[in-house]
Amino acid sequence: MTLSQRLKETDWIDVILWLFRAVIIILIVVGIVRKLFFGAGVAYSTKDWLDFITSGLSQGGLYALIALGYTMVYGVLFMINFAHGEFFMSGAMTSAILVGATLDSTGFLDSQPLISIILLIFVSVLTSMVVALLTERIAYRPLRRAPRLVPLITAIGASFFWQNLFRGFFGSAVKPYPVPESLEGRVNIMGFDFLKVRIVVLIASIIALIALYLFVQKTRTGKAIRAVAEDKDVATLMGIDVDRTIAITFAVGAFMAGIAAVLWGMTFKQVNFTMGFVPGIKAFTAAVLGGIGSIPGAALGGFFLGLIEAVGPPLILEGLNLPGVHQLKDVIAFTLLVLVLIFRPQGILGEKMAEKKA
Amino acid sequence: MSILELDNVHAYYGKIHALKGVSLRVEQGEIVTLIGGNGAGKTTTLRTICALMRPTVGSVIFEGEDLSRYKPSALASRGIAMVPEGRGVFAKMTVLENLEMGAFHRKDKEIDADIERIYDLFPRLRERRTQLAGTMSGGEQQMLAMGRAMMSRPHLLLLDEPSMGLAPVLVEAIFSTIVDINKQGTTVLLVEQNALMSLEIANRGYVLQTGEIVLSDDARALKQNEMIQKVYLGIE
Repeated sequence: MTLSQRLKETDWIDVILWLFRAVIIILIVVGIVRKLFFGAGVAYSTKDWLDFITSGLSQGGLYALIALGYTMVYGVLFMINFAHGEFFMSGAMTSAILVGATLDSTGFLDSQPLISIILLIFVSVLTSMVVALLTERIAYRPLRRAPRLVPLITAIGASFFWQNLFRGFFGSAVKPYPVPESLEGRVNIMGFDFLKVRIVVLIASIIALIALYLFVQKTRTGKAIRAVAEDKDVATLMGIDVDRTIAITFAVGAFMAGIAAVLWGMTFKQVNFTMGFVPGIKAFTAAVLGGIGSIPGAALGGFFLGLIEAVGPPLILEGLNLPGVHQLKDVIAFTLLVLVLIFRPQGILGEKMAEKKA
Repeated sequence: MSILELDNVHAYYGKIHALKGVSLRVEQGEIVTLIGGNGAGKTTTLRTICALMRPTVGSVIFEGEDLSRYKPSALASRGIAMVPEGRGVFAKMTVLENLEMGAFHRKDKEIDADIERIYDLFPRLRERRTQLAGTMSGGEQQMLAMGRAMMSRPHLLLLDEPSMGLAPVLVEAIFSTIVDINKQGTTVLLVEQNALMSLEIANRGYVLQTGEIVLSDDARALKQNEMIQKVYLGIE
């Protein structure tokens, strides 16, 4: 084949994409090499690196918990529920303001931390589930047979609705989230110092993820959710009430978001009516990253995103001599989303969209 | 009393008038076949019986009860099971899980015993019980779909083109299993394009053309019918 023939048959979009990919890979490699071998940027101690990694993983656990709601709802409805971040916000705000403030002022929080956390989680989960079920019943179910764009726009509308409703309830000021004294400070594990709250959040989110996985795999209700995700008509033939199962799926996603809300509150110590937006978008990114529709994918995507957000700036961006790298973690997260959408739209564990029955 | 009776059923598939007054009866213990070409309304008829679609006019009476009173998901426990077109197994579930889904509405303690009975009927399924259903061959998936339908202990089994896409030797096996299932007391309504095979095992048959029943008779008489021979059996 002559050169001119070869040029004619080249798809220029592919060439640009290949160049793009090459540039990204070169930037990453150059950044890491300059950082590790030529000491570019700030010199971090081992403790600093361990902090980056643990905070990244615990943040990732939170993303994973929220991402489950996106991925499970997508699994049964093929719909991106953009109001999911508000399910998370509603749990965080209600538990902080209705229960947390009292627990804190009476001193019960510090004297009985475990009972207090269980109480906070109970209130948070309950609120998230009620908000989710109301949203599903009022805003989504009547539109089940509408074109796909319609529920998407409704979801954005529902999101605004809940944000402003909670602003009406609790005001627009930033409120503190109560943290028991025993979770403050650092803990020494095998000779290394870790932030206590990060370790607790990481362990709690892993336990919640495993529990959810077992629920979906082993229980009757979990199997019904999987059956509805695969084929609604056949699920109906098996005697599964599809509408009820979809509502349960929303409730389960909201349950995980409610747990994440308390853990998030304890990590960042404050709540606000807008707090659901960024975690929601990040968790959605994590779900897409792992392969939307896949539960292990959501978990993997969450941890991966959290880790790369925390470690990426010091490891890669500092090596490239960028200023203010720690402000750039959102840039990393959304660059990653764009890269995944371009190069592997089905995500890490997802299957090709074409195989899905819409 | 007939186990199933459709009376003047009209149904729309989107804007298409798919069923134009279909009336048919299935008696207790029979195998009845519904034959017809592509787009004749065979699948629509079955979907209407299972309440996945509702008739706009007419009624579906099952064991003396009008099915419009029931939610679609209640029909499995009411005694109707369907093997859908293209088998409809849950591809990402194991063979065992698929069979368990068939017994989803049941609360009795004999489910495990029934799974063993299905394994005896289809030994291949026992070998593959931990395998994901989507990784099996078409014939195995057909067996699984039939086994799953039997797990609900149906009074009436609806089969939508069980022979589709299968090798002739497998079709023979599937059809002889249908006869076995029927002998054990399950009434069967069989929808087929393969008229030759289905008239072979059926007691009676109906011929559906563009949403209307154009002919109904004993299976033996239908096989002798000139129009059937020409259009569906390919005999000149």
